[in-house]
Amino acid sequence: MSELTITALRFGFLLLLWVLIFSIVAAMRRDLMIGRKAAAGAPTARQVRKNPALAEKAAPVRQQPRQLVVTEGPLKGTTIPLAASPILLGRAQEATLVLEDDYASGRHARLFPQGSRWFIEDLGSTNGTYLADQQLTRALPVELGVPVRIGKTVIELRP
Amino acid sequence: MTSIDPTPRPRRNVELVLLVLALAVGIGANALVGVDQQKAFDTDFWFQSSLLAAAALAFHIVLRLRAKYADPVILPLVVALNGLGLAMIHRLDRVGEDTGNNQLRWTLVAMAVSIAVIWFLKDHRILRRFTYISLAASAFLLILPLVPGISAGEILGARVWIKFGSMTFQPGEIAKITLAIFFAGYLSSNRDLILLAGRKVGPIQFPRFKDMGPMIAAWLVSIGVLIFQRDLGSSILFFGLFLVMIYVATSRISWVIIGVGLIAAGGFVASRVFSHVALRIDGWINAFTDEVYGRAFGGSLQIVEGLFGMANGGLVGTGLGQGRPNLVPFANSDMIIASFGEELGLIGLFAIVLMYLLLFTRGFRAALGTRDAFGKLLATGLSFAIALQCFVVIGGVTRLIPLTGLTTPFLAAGGSSLLANWIIVGLLLMISHTARGPVDTTPLAPGEEPDPQKVLPVMPSKPATVPGTGRNSPDAPTEAVKL
Repeated sequence: MSELTITALRFGFLLLLWVLIFSIVAAMRRDLMIGRKAAAGAPTARQVRKNPALAEKAAPVRQQPRQLVVTEGPLKGTTIPLAASPILLGRAQEATLVLEDDYASGRHARLFPQGSRWFIEDLGSTNGTYLADQQLTRALPVELGVPVRIGKTVIELRP
Repeated sequence: MTSIDPTPRPRRNVELVLLVLALAVGIGANALVGVDQQKAFDTDFWFQSSLLAAAALAFHIVLRLRAKYADPVILPLVVALNGLGLAMIHRLDRVGEDTGNNQLRWTLVAMAVSIAVIWFLKDHRILRRFTYISLAASAFLLILPLVPGISAGEILGARVWIKFGSMTFQPGEIAKITLAIFFAGYLSSNRDLILLAGRKVGPIQFPRFKDMGPMIAAWLVSIGVLIFQRDLGSSILFFGLFLVMIYVATSRISWVIIGVGLIAAGGFVASRVFSHVALRIDGWINAFTDEVYGRAFGGSLQIVEGLFGMANGGLVGTGLGQGRPNLVPFANSDMIIASFGEELGLIGLFAIVLMYLLLFTRGFRAALGTRDAFGKLLATGLSFAIALQCFVVIGGVTRLIPLTGLTTPFLAAGGSSLLANWIIVGLLLMISHTARGPVDTTPLAPGEEPDPQKVLPVMPSKPATVPGTGRNSPDAPTEAVKL
């Protein structure tokens, strides 16, 4: 085989390698839109700019919870500002809100932010956690002003 | 892009097209390798190429049947890498050597095992039931090479092989999968405790001592591997794997600080106490001195010859089959990256590195997309294991870090590594199938409780319905892992 053919094949192979890579990247393009799942159905900023009618459908801004208030129980009146970190509720000393409540467990429940809302999750407590008088069986979002009962303590989220 | 279509699509035809392209790369490489020696299209070539193509297509068909929504680019990437490796190993075989065909046999076995994993396992969440069994299995696999009788003894300074008859096998390669399963299962169950309990010292929160238990166990395992098996690479891999998984599970920087501290302490002590570690570091820093280059054992000859080879390759390489990568010791296993650097040049080497990068991102994409914490952690851990291996090997060959004995995934000659990496690919494909597939969004009927007996352990039964908006939350909060 001539020198020229071999050189052509050599470069041809390098080209083939990169053709493969660019084809793969092209195939992934659809997937590269980050947050596609979250935005499913919702118009993107660019679409809104092109077609202002879409913007009207945007959901009204919800009031964000800013603090946690104890409304009943031994710690009544206590408030805790809500930051971005989860809050541990229970009698244990390492809890964020240490409940002096004989009916609460050491690590009773966890309040954590996910997306724009706060969720309450029972951590296997003895007496259970109640969200608006419903016992928790899985993590549920806590809306503003909805009472959460842990033993004799009731807490609420306030703006 | 004017409209976003959220319905999941299988995209298996895209995979088929890419697979044909990947096979063209692998088979083309194999043809080019022999073109100069006038043996390009002999019966051997046709036999090898058709076997590889048949196996890849069989894998594709199994995906069509069993994991319709699996990621369409993972399989082509892996087939291309494996094909390149086969061609290079075949090319490096001296007269009378048969490493190339041996590698092909192992490739077929590994693909068959990977297919079996996809076919019989069906759902990766089942693996979570084997959390502690996986821990025991990892310990067993890591101890095997030290047991007299089945141990293959010390080969090239490391005791990581076992032998059945004439075959040798590295159980440590499989142990990285079982360890990843254990870490994923353990962390997805105990994440809350690790995350919430602990003392704050300054700006960072340190975990409680008893939650540090598994961390310390992982550290001891990696130190044990280093001391008893004299295998620096695996020790780095196991510890790095755990560090990343716990960081992903808790998103606490304190773990990384503790882990890096432990690595630094362990590495410093190891470099003082163990001669093989000290030699590696010496061969890295003083690679170009005459004394180190000429040292009979643990010298830098291998690294330096590899660097010379890559320098010879330059930007476009000497062309497949045209260079002399044979001059480097272990050119077809440890130093295969240097062989590719010489024959494909910087442009070809970057293509290979990019393939690994793409594979890694697809693994992370599957982790982001899947809805259970166990799957997220498993996909993260497995794809990170591949990435870390690439970093350690390619970094070692290019003298960025000391050279350690890890295999280049899919490229290097070695059956155990191929088998383990193909199983990882099978698991990643399965996780991406659940990640990309359609979600069961039918809400729970009022009063209906998910039956804990029927529900798989990690599954948040059906996606939790969020009252108020009526929207089905796909990121079921109970199990969500911050990524």
